[in-house]
Amino acid sequence: MRKALKAAFPATIPVMLGYISVGLAFGLLMVKTGHNFLWAIFMSITVYAGSMQFIAINLLTNGVGLIEIALMTLFVNVRHVFYGLSFIDKFKDMGKKKTYMIFSLTDETYSLICSLKAPVGVDNNLFLFSIALLNQMYWIIGSIIGAIAGSLITFNTQGIDFAMTALFVVIFIEQWFTYKTHIPVLIGIVATLLSLMIFGSDNMILPSMIFITAILLVFEKKIDKKEYEKREEAMNNEF
Amino acid sequence: MNFSNNYTFFAIVVIAIVTFGTRVAPFIFFRKGKATPKYIVYIGKYLPPAVISMLIIYCLKNVNLFKFPFGIPELIGVATVAILHIWKRNNLISILSGTVIYMITIQFILVTN
Repeated sequence: MRKALKAAFPATIPVMLGYISVGLAFGLLMVKTGHNFLWAIFMSITVYAGSMQFIAINLLTNGVGLIEIALMTLFVNVRHVFYGLSFIDKFKDMGKKKTYMIFSLTDETYSLICSLKAPVGVDNNLFLFSIALLNQMYWIIGSIIGAIAGSLITFNTQGIDFAMTALFVVIFIEQWFTYKTHIPVLIGIVATLLSLMIFGSDNMILPSMIFITAILLVFEKKIDKKEYEKREEAMNNEF
Repeated sequence: MNFSNNYTFFAIVVIAIVTFGTRVAPFIFFRKGKATPKYIVYIGKYLPPAVISMLIIYCLKNVNLFKFPFGIPELIGVATVAILHIWKRNNLISILSGTVIYMITIQFILVTN
């Protein structure tokens, strides 16, 4: 295991920088919105999903109902369904570690284990497990630092929750450059603005999720159909 | 502010369970050799950009364009993040600078109360 951790560490350094800083922002924000710092750590251990944890701060602070929270989580994290697909074979022989591998499949861990293989002399399963474990450690450490800093340092934090908006703007730009079609973005904007106008700012989440899904399904044929067929072909060949 | 510990606990547990559910689903439902249902592939691919657009609006839902400061601080913040990110493509720089500039704007320049 030590050998595997040693081999995995260099590969995880970019994730370390990202996770510690975003985790720190999460911990800080959680405490500054009036929650006990232990909840921040609890969430980073049990949930371990970046964007969702930021949204969770907002949901918790507003006392949103549990069913709505469950649906929001499903909506924000449904992309994960995809990640597992690539690893059905890869995780097959991992025994007890398999559950943790599945649990810890974040965007960043996914992209690392997609592309990496253990160096000669290191057990590949242990190597992948080390990557997953190290990444979550960074996330937890970041959250702890942020949560403690937030409890100790008193400065005027008015407006610090803008970090969440900033995070989503960054993800938005990254996606903008990744996707060929921008119709889903347009659908997201129109559907959300529509439900904001009809249902008001307190009740907009549920209707916007329903609108988005419905409109996406209606426009299925229009949205980049060719690419989607190609992708499916490739996936069928792979299995 | 005080939040009920019970509520916070159950809310986090719900989020944890659903999140794990989305991660474990393919291992339970999509075994080797079976094609993944088309609509799952489709939704999984095109939902994320729509969701992020939704979340940005959700974050800004309480901005009032008709009352001082007319959403100007948010505009400055978002523009800072966007310009820096398109230019440098560094998550940390973009998020940090945008947030600090936003905080300075509402605390010292366009103060509401």
